[in-house]
Amino acid sequence: MGMVPRSVSAWCYAALLAVLALAPFLFEWMEQPFYLDLLSRGLILAIAVISLNLILGYGGMVSLGHAAYIGIGAYCVGIPAYYDLYNGWLHLALALGVSGLFALVTGAVSLRTKGVYFIMITMAFSQMVYFIFLSLEEYGADDGLVIYARSEFPEWMSMDGATSLYYWIFILMLLSLFLINRLVHARFGRVIVGSKFNEPRMQALGFDTYRYRLACYVISAMLCSLAGMLLGNFAGFISPDMISWARSGELIFMVIIGGVASIFGPLIGTLAFVVLEEGLSAITVYWHLIFGIMLVALVLFGKGGIHGWLSMLDRKRVEHD
Amino acid sequence: MDWNLLITQLLNGLQLGLLLFLLASGLTLIFGIMDFINLSHGSFYMIGAYFCGTVVAKTGSFLLGILLGLVGVFVVGALVEWFIARKLYRADHLDHVLVTFGLILIFDTLVHIIWGASGMAIPLPDSLNGQVSIGSLVLPSYRLLIIGCGLLVAGLLYVLVVRTRLGMLIRAGASNRTMVEALGVNINRLFLIVFALGATMAGFAGMLIAPITEASIGMGNDIIIIAFVVVIVGGIGSVKGAFYAAMILGLIDTLSRSYLDLLLNLVMPVTYAETAAPALSAMLVYILMAAVLAFRPQGLFPPAGVK
Repeated sequence: MGMVPRSVSAWCYAALLAVLALAPFLFEWMEQPFYLDLLSRGLILAIAVISLNLILGYGGMVSLGHAAYIGIGAYCVGIPAYYDLYNGWLHLALALGVSGLFALVTGAVSLRTKGVYFIMITMAFSQMVYFIFLSLEEYGADDGLVIYARSEFPEWMSMDGATSLYYWIFILMLLSLFLINRLVHARFGRVIVGSKFNEPRMQALGFDTYRYRLACYVISAMLCSLAGMLLGNFAGFISPDMISWARSGELIFMVIIGGVASIFGPLIGTLAFVVLEEGLSAITVYWHLIFGIMLVALVLFGKGGIHGWLSMLDRKRVEHD
Repeated sequence: MDWNLLITQLLNGLQLGLLLFLLASGLTLIFGIMDFINLSHGSFYMIGAYFCGTVVAKTGSFLLGILLGLVGVFVVGALVEWFIARKLYRADHLDHVLVTFGLILIFDTLVHIIWGASGMAIPLPDSLNGQVSIGSLVLPSYRLLIIGCGLLVAGLLYVLVVRTRLGMLIRAGASNRTMVEALGVNINRLFLIVFALGATMAGFAGMLIAPITEASIGMGNDIIIIAFVVVIVGGIGSVKGAFYAAMILGLIDTLSRSYLDLLLNLVMPVTYAETAAPALSAMLVYILMAAVLAFRPQGLFPPAGVK
């Protein structure tokens, strides 16, 4: 991708990023502070969805347990905070370390399986995490845990205040996009995408695909734990419900709405999901019904998600020229 | 050792195992024959309970509730197969996960719209509400009925799968679907029957448990995950495997909840044991599944011809 956008979709994405960068000022001017809350939550989820897209979209590893890493990241803020340890670097290191280690161990087992079995085993591991936190009475069990203060960082990068937290989230989201873009265009990403389509061929080329996929899985999990760490700080309340398999299902849904295996797809998909959720739930308490129908329709009729539709515009324009 | 408690817990485990089997047997066939992941199989469990409860409330007859409920769930299952599942058998598993996740949202909300957000209690007739005493042991008669019904259905299913022509086709389909198609079997009809039958059995399980727990929205969404574990542990497509795995998991889950803290107490102080036991017992079934997947991915009792 060059510096100057060259297609309809690229212009759209550039405009979107510009709006996101200025959002706090925009919403302040509109006197709608609630929108900043909504957008903060959306971008946090976007980081998780971007991380899921790395394994699901590019790697073809359909994980039905990715919400576990959001939970791990969040509890890595919540449990230290319970003992009055608010050091942000500690939270960050714990989130990355614990999620990375857990992903390494469970990924090593899960990646021995394929297809359906992979879906089921990732779900099983996330259920294990769910039940661990559900049974920890000390940390609130199913009542959850309240986090009274945000992670502490040096003055210039403090998380306190809605705007500073928003920029934390926005910058981490940008970095995730950048990281994934670099990864999938590097040799590493080529091997990952290659083993999605034809693993024996990649192995015949001399790549130890298992190791590449495991590394990919661990990177994705660690990135997702960042989303959890931010969510813990943003919401100030965490509970095992964040890890239930329905949450993991929603993450997959967001990847699909946006369009799999595209850099910006997850961001668009997540924002669309959050806006829809907010808009529909304001209209009717039965908004899950509309969501469900959309999901079924998306799979039966609409391929490629929003990114796919935008790319179709690109192709039309090329044909026009 | 309290022997009465142990026997009660064994019966509870058996009951949970049989409910899991009713759910998992349909799931494993749909999985094995159509290669379709149905996350919304638990919705049939919920719908069965609500259908039954509605009929019982209107007529006062529990038996009629069960019978009409079974017919209702069969029809719903057939409709889902006809309009949605059928179009996706050849799609990839991700599409299955998404569509059936969408179906869960749809069914849960429809139940919310029709029957309201609070649960629905299903009263038992007095004849089933009593207790049976054997020696010093007192058991609720309805729980024995659940166990009896579960065993009866398991037996009927065994006869259906092993002794009838339909069962032969089902077994053939689980072993090698393409070959069955090539032999000119009306595969669409077979799929429809298997799907609707699986839905009906899930609905039956929901009806059996509802008088104890009451019917509620999303009641199937937790148990269906354990039913998936049963399917994987037993071997996808294997009804026999589903039966053994359901019994093993039902007993492990129930017994570990009551006895694991005693066991852990042998190796660690009481306070730690009491904290660790509930977590470990809730995880046990998943640990078992992970172990099976890692070392014997085809399951413990795979259907003939599947390696």
